[in-house]
Amino acid sequence: MIPFDFEYYRPSSVKEAVDTFQALQAQGKHPMYWSGGTEIITMARLNHIRPGAVVDLKAIPECSVMEFRGHELIIGGCVTLSAVTGANLFPLLGRAAQGVADQTSRNKITLGGNVCGRIHYREAVLPLLVANSRLVIAGKGGVREAAIHEVFRGQIRLEPGEFLLQTMTDREYVSLPSVHVKKRQIGHVGYPLVTMVALKKGNRIRAAFSGVCGFPFRSAAIEQVLNTAGLSAEERARQAAGQLPAPPLTNAEGMADYRLFLFKQTVKDAITALEGR
Amino acid sequence: MTGAARYTGDALKPGLLHASLAVSPHAHARILSIDTSAARSIPGVRAVVTGEDFPVLTGSPLEDRPPLAIDKVRYFGEPVAVVVADAEYIAEMAALQVRVEYEMLPLVQSPLEAYKPGAPLIHERLAEYRRYEEVYPEPGTNVASRNRIRKGNMEEGWCRSIHTIEVRVSLPQSDHAAMEPRCSTAELLPDGKAVIHSASQSPYIIRSQINRYFHIPLQQIIVHTPLVGGGFGGKAAVQLEFLAFLASRAVGGKAVKLVNSRERDMVSSPVHIGLESRVKLGCTADGKIAAAEITHWYDGGAYSDRGPIMSKAGASDCSGPYRIDNLQCDSLCMYTNHPYSTSFRGFGHPELTFAIERAMDVMAARLNMDPLEFRFLNAIGPGDTTPTQTLLDRSTVGNLPMCIAKLKDMIRWDERPLMEAKGRFVKARGVCCLWKNSNTPADAGAGAVIIFNADGSVNLLCGAVEIGQGTRTSLTQMAAERLRMDVHNVSISTDVNTETEPQLWKTVASRSTFLVGNAILAAADDAIVQLKNTAARVLRLPPAELEVGGGRVYSKRDPGTGIEIAKIALGYKLPGGGTIGSQIIGRGSYAMRDIKELDPMTGKGKPGPEWTVGAQMVEVELDTRDFSYRILQAATVIDAGKVINPVFARGQITGGMSMGLGLASREAFAFNEEAKVLNPQFRTYHMLRYGEQPTYFVDFVETPNAEAPFGLRGIGEHGVIGMPAALANALSTATGIPLNRLPLTPERIWRTVHDTI
Amino acid sequence: MNVLESASSNSNAIYPLELEVNGERRWLWVRAAETLLHTLRDHLGLTGCKPGCENGDCGACTIILNGLPMKSCLMLAVEADGQRITTIEGLKHSPVQEQFVLKQAFQCGYCTSGFIMNGHGLLSAHPDADPETIRLWLESNICRCTSYEEIHGAIMAALSVKKEGGP
Repeated sequence: MIPFDFEYYRPSSVKEAVDTFQALQAQGKHPMYWSGGTEIITMARLNHIRPGAVVDLKAIPECSVMEFRGHELIIGGCVTLSAVTGANLFPLLGRAAQGVADQTSRNKITLGGNVCGRIHYREAVLPLLVANSRLVIAGKGGVREAAIHEVFRGQIRLEPGEFLLQTMTDREYVSLPSVHVKKRQIGHVGYPLVTMVALKKGNRIRAAFSGVCGFPFRSAAIEQVLNTAGLSAEERARQAAGQLPAPPLTNAEGMADYRLFLFKQTVKDAITALEGR
Repeated sequence: MTGAARYTGDALKPGLLHASLAVSPHAHARILSIDTSAARSIPGVRAVVTGEDFPVLTGSPLEDRPPLAIDKVRYFGEPVAVVVADAEYIAEMAALQVRVEYEMLPLVQSPLEAYKPGAPLIHERLAEYRRYEEVYPEPGTNVASRNRIRKGNMEEGWCRSIHTIEVRVSLPQSDHAAMEPRCSTAELLPDGKAVIHSASQSPYIIRSQINRYFHIPLQQIIVHTPLVGGGFGGKAAVQLEFLAFLASRAVGGKAVKLVNSRERDMVSSPVHIGLESRVKLGCTADGKIAAAEITHWYDGGAYSDRGPIMSKAGASDCSGPYRIDNLQCDSLCMYTNHPYSTSFRGFGHPELTFAIERAMDVMAARLNMDPLEFRFLNAIGPGDTTPTQTLLDRSTVGNLPMCIAKLKDMIRWDERPLMEAKGRFVKARGVCCLWKNSNTPADAGAGAVIIFNADGSVNLLCGAVEIGQGTRTSLTQMAAERLRMDVHNVSISTDVNTETEPQLWKTVASRSTFLVGNAILAAADDAIVQLKNTAARVLRLPPAELEVGGGRVYSKRDPGTGIEIAKIALGYKLPGGGTIGSQIIGRGSYAMRDIKELDPMTGKGKPGPEWTVGAQMVEVELDTRDFSYRILQAATVIDAGKVINPVFARGQITGGMSMGLGLASREAFAFNEEAKVLNPQFRTYHMLRYGEQPTYFVDFVETPNAEAPFGLRGIGEHGVIGMPAALANALSTATGIPLNRLPLTPERIWRTVHDTI
Repeated sequence: MNVLESASSNSNAIYPLELEVNGERRWLWVRAAETLLHTLRDHLGLTGCKPGCENGDCGACTIILNGLPMKSCLMLAVEADGQRITTIEGLKHSPVQEQFVLKQAFQCGYCTSGFIMNGHGLLSAHPDADPETIRLWLESNICRCTSYEEIHGAIMAALSVKKEGGP
């Protein structure tokens, strides 16, 4: 049960959403954009966040798009993870999405909500990172496009009042050879100890990770190691572990040293799998 | 099935007020002040109650726990105040505004730490606590209770031992995790009655405790328990009921509902006990166990609740189902700054079994003996004595060798090696045996009433709570069988109401069919006597010549001569006026016989009427690269005495095994260095989910227990008992490394293997 | 303005709501912060959906929303405005319900309605579900009493009844 009240708005256009948000902010109501809303509910019921108002984006038509337009795959921020997997337009994204929570929850969790969430893992962002996707962002200045790497560094970094409207992914990426591995403490449902998403473009491997550190990342330094010719897969995995952008995570799911062990094994397996293709 | 089944939290009542708990964010701290003014100032708040409002200690067998913390808090999540408001969310909002100033105290994080000389004291006034039942606290320490077993001659035992091994094991505290969170409502009526609704396994204990602490006469306390959404021992403790009562009293007796959130249910309410243990075994050259020395330190948490009785069970059944003539055990219930423990399915036995059965496997390996063969060779039987020096016979101990033999056949034990490697995957099997006595109090009992209706149908009244084992259904079957009538003519309500139904001690310890069953048989026999007496006068035949069955009372010699029960159930109306007999109301009751309290220095005594024995197996497939594994098969053969309903019986056993595999593989509270629980949610507290279930094999041996209805033995808890040991034995075999700490997550296995290298 | 002030002073936090529940139109007023679970239970008396964790982890509160299983604790009632909801009370003799009884796939019954709703959703969406799909869907719910063996049996039987052209 959420132990406080908030106001609820459901705008039907981008402009209305942005204006509503801005007005609520001006009134000191600490509004939050709401997509699937699952994370807001789970954090609000523990009183970890206390928005005074929420702005539900689901009635905005652009947020529910999922289709190819020319050479771009456009997916709206309010498309649910189960819909992303079900449509299978970007199989790697579908597999990463399917690793999140459980099937019924994925009927509610959205792509935008997962990417913009506060919980460490945000695994749906990984395929977008390796595919150099672009993000369509709405704000008071209208709609802008940005490379994902400019906006997502560990977590989404939007200007106040902005929200993620859509993701755009170049068609050539959706069918490249790819790997998705998720290792949990145990069982098939739960947060990752290590999630790795990788694809091979040309002869280069690109990889992004979640669970290893306290945020999802794609690292140039790690990719350089992964693509160093003449080193064994095992040696590259070992060196990659030395290039992590932050110390490995320790929490109730698992300790840092075990995460590191799994990281190396996963990287080694991924290299072997991708180089064989 | 249709949504119509009603649980405690489903009742809608206009005007119902809601309570919420303010809990401690610290595991051990002195309370300097509590400021409730901000909470009280929120519109819709009716009252805020703190420990000072009711400075009483509760608990059984040892009164050590204030319902709301007084002076200090002893665990993370301990209730410090209860807020009553018009709506649940307002109560929660206000509970967050109860401001408590704390001063940190040093922590005790494990039972062994608690046992060290000079450890911080969690209960400074242990000596002053009132005691009930068998409990042996050691004031000036953190020992809430200690039981000793001293049997045979240790010196002689060690002398005869050619092989000796020592094993240390640990199991963390975990949770009952019943799907229905605990929930209670309380209302104090103007006529002085207290009405409590509670999701409980012990409505009659609630009544006696409310009577003890609030001085309301027993007959004025009415406890209702509808369907309960799982308990596993966790709902046998009385906690929310006190708080709901206090909340109602604070608002002039209005009805108040208090329901746990999952987080509160997992941490603030009592949990599954943990254990650290050391086992030394000695064995002769031919594989006979000659001596055992065992010390159990149970992690009882901040308050003892039923911990001392579980540690007593840890002593009384410490040997496992094996013949050990020279035996020494100290079993301690330790206070720590963890959530407090209460009874959990298996009642101390999954824990003690993990300890002894790991030792059994280590010893079998030392002897280079087949682990099942080693167990068979040492299996306890008639003529042997238990750790409590109880002489066993077939009725009391059942047939463990038969269980082992049946298990061997069922899983084709001899056809495959203990371990098979295929590439990076290793398949391995682990076995264990189990036994359990109920450790009920000497005076545990039950009553039953069978009321006949005008059409010959009957209503059955008894105090067994329906909690998922199908108990109430099987009780109607028992009544029907004894009365030789169609089971559809026997009706029982799903709710227990202490005002109308005769008392049952508690719905725990796999004891309900035993206690209530015996009471029902007595009630049925009483009704049969009444039926025969009435019929005898109508038929003008001696009662001894009559038989009851098929809805009639009839002559044994001439079954055609008889009378419908419907015609005599309320007395037989004579055609010319007047009545023979009156309404048939059978009554019966039963109390445990012959239970002897254990001598605290030697353990001599008798902990319960019978043991249930069994043998179990788990097969795993381990991936030796990352130490993940699949549980492929799990098997149980158990001596059930008599199987009444095979589908229910199998479901109880496999359900228990599933829970046991969860405990073994993943369930554990994760504490940080401040003793805060990091995973009080199902998101991070992992349980077995659909798709992870192994193939289950279950079979039964039927050796009747002479004292039980139809020869039954308890089986409701037993599936769980050996699973941790069997899984650990399988994985230890697969890795070649002793795995003695639960839970066996892949990380734990990796770490153990890694540390060994 | 802090949260408490906004909560107590803000009359805008109550919203009108129209739902189609089990085939009936229902109108009511709810707090925006109220989850659909509480609206169904406390306002509409549909207590078949159970609070087990209120955190989206256990599935005891599963209902069907526009044809898909949904955890009613992970959704605000206001989000469901204008939508079509089926709860366990709206199912009559569905194949999954019947098989749960036949296979004795419940003990305490508390998780049962959530499992049935999820299974019912699965049968509707994937009558030919393969084992992997069945696992993916059903691992959304937790049962503490049974070993899942019986639930598995009930779901498999319901799927085959459905395939054979049953109800």
